[in-house]
Amino acid sequence: MSGKVITITSGKGGVGKTTTAANLGVALASMGNKVVCIDSDIGLRNLDVVLGLENRIVYDLVDAVEGRCRVSQAMIRDKRIETLYLIPAAQTRDKNAVSPSDMIKLCDTLREDVDWIIIDSPAGIERGFRNAIAPADEVLVVTNPEVSAVRDADRIIGLVEAEERGPAKLVINRLKTAMVKRGDMLSAEDVVELLAIPLIGIVPEDENVIISTNQGQPIALNEKCLAGRSFVNIARRVKGEEVPWLDLNEKEGLFNRLGKIISGGG
Amino acid sequence: MEIKGTKDGILVNLEDQDWLEAKGELIDQITNRYEFFQGAQLILDVGNNVLRAKDLGELRDILFAQDVTLSAIHSHSIVTLETAQLLGLKSLPDSPQEKPARKLKPLDTVLPGENAVMIHRTMRSGFKVAYHGHVVVLGDVNPGAEIIASGSVVVWGRLLGTVHAGAEGDETAVICALDLSPLQLRIATKVAIAPKGDKDPQPEVASINGDQIIAESWQM
Repeated sequence: MSGKVITITSGKGGVGKTTTAANLGVALASMGNKVVCIDSDIGLRNLDVVLGLENRIVYDLVDAVEGRCRVSQAMIRDKRIETLYLIPAAQTRDKNAVSPSDMIKLCDTLREDVDWIIIDSPAGIERGFRNAIAPADEVLVVTNPEVSAVRDADRIIGLVEAEERGPAKLVINRLKTAMVKRGDMLSAEDVVELLAIPLIGIVPEDENVIISTNQGQPIALNEKCLAGRSFVNIARRVKGEEVPWLDLNEKEGLFNRLGKIISGGG
Repeated sequence: MEIKGTKDGILVNLEDQDWLEAKGELIDQITNRYEFFQGAQLILDVGNNVLRAKDLGELRDILFAQDVTLSAIHSHSIVTLETAQLLGLKSLPDSPQEKPARKLKPLDTVLPGENAVMIHRTMRSGFKVAYHGHVVVLGDVNPGAEIIASGSVVVWGRLLGTVHAGAEGDETAVICALDLSPLQLRIATKVAIAPKGDKDPQPEVASINGDQIIAESWQM
């Protein structure tokens, strides 16, 4: 088996890297692939929380790299999906505990027996980011439809190209269709036009994402939710499937719909 | 290979030694003289070597593993300087000491003209080009990217970043783009901030007229 390494990065913090990494991992694993998610945000780990595996950590990434445990011992098996594993970051060390060549070695070992390796990159453009993209076969850049996030994404895309890991693919997260319609938010088209890289997913803003993140239940497990389906579609596109774009307008609140029925519309 | 201590760190001058050979020799030196190099900031003068991101990035990572930080690159090659810049290294056009004579002789067949550099790619945020001469970009210049030229700047694409033309005082320099919507324009000592608001993109040329920079539609 020769697994593929996908790194999720963004430059700016808080745009949804960890959420995307967790959900992409969950979606790929639930299609029957063997997936390892690696949290490379050493010192500020949280992929374990989002996946709901925090209480099971014994060994972490730094232990595996420094040889205090075997790689397989640092892999925590998910409780819901048998083919999903997490290698958590160390919380008590910093980014310099691991080097880009350590990451390449680790991933080369993992490639032998898994299908996909998903690396959650830290924010920023320093050592942690370089660690995360060093072993990448493909890079997904996550951004929000906000000028500051898009600016950082542009910088990151340039750095990914410079490290010859490009072309990166784009995930636009937290899009609010209603605001775009009012002209108060950048549209997906605006973002793609500026960044000029292939788009691989658009995820709408959804309160359920925050709820599921807090509960450690990735939203990709919830098929009723539009954001969850968007993440599943990203996973299918990563696998090379042609997937039609979701109509993000279809989600309307119950009250909106009721209102339309009462007023004779809809 | 010449190695000496300076106040900014250890300066290594590869002169025009072949890159692979020089790299091996440098790594040997660092391994053998670990105490001398440990924790050092390394300034590398690569002479006329043309280096890509893979070359410099690899060296940077090897040095890092030896506890040596690659901090700055001196080079005569604009490609190498661009690479250094992309990797976030300080890039300096010339060695701090005496300039070695350039070995490239101009060919007789070259038409008389002015120096220009052609950038055949989109310039993303954080990308900076400083050039003694004119700059031509085939692609967009995104917000956060910066061009500084002693001559004029031509962008065959959207200009959204920052540009300084005539940076050494040439008031006849111009800036033109297919869509001229920069954050800021500078020509010689004048500064202009583009008016906000949507306009239909059209080719425009900016130049100094009297006391200020004006933009006009670009007509032949």
